[in-house]
Amino acid sequence: MSAQDLQLALALAAVLFVIGLAGMIARRSLVFMLLCTEIMLNAAGFAFIIAGARWGRPEGQAMFIFLLVTAAAEVAVGLALILALSGRLKDLDADEIRSGGA
Amino acid sequence: MSALLAIAAFVAVASTTAVVLQRRAVHALLYLIVSFFALAVAMLALGAAFAAALEVVVYAGAILVLFVFVVMMIGAEGPIPGPRAWIGPVCLSIVLLGELAYAFLVEPGLLAPAGSGTPPAVRPKEVGMALFGPYAICVEIAAFLLLSGLVGAYRIGRRDAGSRAGGGKP
Repeated sequence: MSAQDLQLALALAAVLFVIGLAGMIARRSLVFMLLCTEIMLNAAGFAFIIAGARWGRPEGQAMFIFLLVTAAAEVAVGLALILALSGRLKDLDADEIRSGGA
Repeated sequence: MSALLAIAAFVAVASTTAVVLQRRAVHALLYLIVSFFALAVAMLALGAAFAAALEVVVYAGAILVLFVFVVMMIGAEGPIPGPRAWIGPVCLSIVLLGELAYAFLVEPGLLAPAGSGTPPAVRPKEVGMALFGPYAICVEIAAFLLLSGLVGAYRIGRRDAGSRAGGGKP
């Protein structure tokens, strides 16, 4: 892997993480916030992959698998929460929850 | 600089930006699937073929399908999106498909086969050896985490847990 490839890939991971963070801050819909969490987790996992490929070590991909497990558990609980809340809130707005709900 | 990686990076950034800018969750999900495909191609270009396969199978195949189910169950999305919704994701996917076809058919050297390059690309076998050798305890903790996620999702989603379980909006 050349130094340019390394730079480009790390920049990609950073940009994806920032897009996810910006979406998390800007969007108030619960579904979109969970989606942005996925984007950020994925970017972090991609950084692990890059490091593993740079040093030729398998640990990067092993950590990516652990991140997959974390993301799967988080999505299962988060989506169950969204489903449980969807009857009580009108449009699943995070601010609506903070103000006590409908 | 690897053109494969650069094009995949462009598609990933474009589709992820589109995810955040969509109004409806279904459209955002379509773009997010394309974004994960693009990241899988980038991983393939880096020589991490096993992680690329996992990205497609687990992230795009399992987690996002879960999202689609829930968004459809909530029912706040209205009718199924028409052709104008999926024309953007399809165009981005075609770019990725062309890239993969070029890499596989025309220049197989671009994909950095396992065991070649400097440093050598990681084989799936080495990943498995690391997972079930020094990191075996982490695998067991991951199993705990998945089990607690399962129990938590079941408890939260139980029918008598809240005022609503199966209906959504009438």
